[in-house]
Amino acid sequence: MITVEKERPVEVCDAPNSQENLEKGLSLLKYMIIGVLFGIVFVKAEIISWFRIQEMFRLQSFHMYGVIGSAIITGIISIQIIKRFGIKTISGEKVNIPNKEFRKGQIIGGFIFGLGWAITGACPGPLFAQIGSGFTVVFVTLLSAIAGTWVYGRFSHKMPN
Amino acid sequence: MNQFIDWISQPWPWYVAGPLIGLTVPTLLLIGNKTFGISSSLRHVCAICVPAGIPFFKYNWRKEMWNLLFVLGVLVGGFIATNFISNPNDIVIAEQTKADLSAIGITSFSGLMPTEIFDWNNLFTAKGLLFFVFGGFLVGFGTRYAGGCTSGHAIMGISSLQWPSLLATIFFMIGGFVMTHLLMGPLMSWVGF
Repeated sequence: MITVEKERPVEVCDAPNSQENLEKGLSLLKYMIIGVLFGIVFVKAEIISWFRIQEMFRLQSFHMYGVIGSAIITGIISIQIIKRFGIKTISGEKVNIPNKEFRKGQIIGGFIFGLGWAITGACPGPLFAQIGSGFTVVFVTLLSAIAGTWVYGRFSHKMPN
Repeated sequence: MNQFIDWISQPWPWYVAGPLIGLTVPTLLLIGNKTFGISSSLRHVCAICVPAGIPFFKYNWRKEMWNLLFVLGVLVGGFIATNFISNPNDIVIAEQTKADLSAIGITSFSGLMPTEIFDWNNLFTAKGLLFFVFGGFLVGFGTRYAGGCTSGHAIMGISSLQWPSLLATIFFMIGGFVMTHLLMGPLMSWVGF
């Protein structure tokens, strides 16, 4: 069974760590290895390409829709399997998927991110892979994205939520 | 071995890449009860480096170090893929996209990214302001306001059948369409293309 939690207070971040035992040191390396594999897929499938994102938003290629669509289908099937068979984590914990509650931010923030996605040709993941691929100037884009995150955090209480 | 390298050096089709990306969801859940999401890493950087007493950045970021290692891995993965198994040929994109982009001033179509945009020489120009500073700001601000990006909402959120994530994804796409079809042309000519 997957436990579903009610809305978390804002001081808990999105995509939180639900593991009860805090991992330290080398045991964290496994996440880096998964990240490496993930980054390789990003580059090899050209998902980090500004051109591919332009193709997608111009509806001129199926590639990106195929990638995102088949990723979602794989994710749905995997989560259903975990749910149905009550599969536990490797340390024996119950798998926890926090609920995402509706907020106006999903509309307004989502739209703002979409504008930026088409300009930069990157969502946050590909930003890191673009830098690794040698487009080092994207580091500036990353810094600016961090600044954008900070500004949101600073003024979030004044914005419709 | 060389044949293998040649084989994986080709661009990977969507039906290989998509499922591999999708498998990140159960992998992270099962190896450590982690929810897939990348834009959170930007928030952790703020929480670590410039929390400035802001409540939004007051949480136990030490617990989220895995996320920063994950994105560091993505960067290293980008390096490995580009330096050891890169596609020797030019990227193949739709002819119509090439034509449309040529019409707004893009002329080089060889690499993964247009070099006439993503170049340090553009940093202190209007091009740099638009593509790096402004674009990056919208990505960081928008994803946090939305509570996630393509990974956290489109892939993780929809995979776990959460309708707010579907809604967010729809608005990601609307934003992208508006930028591409309505604003991109004027902005490109304004920055000197």
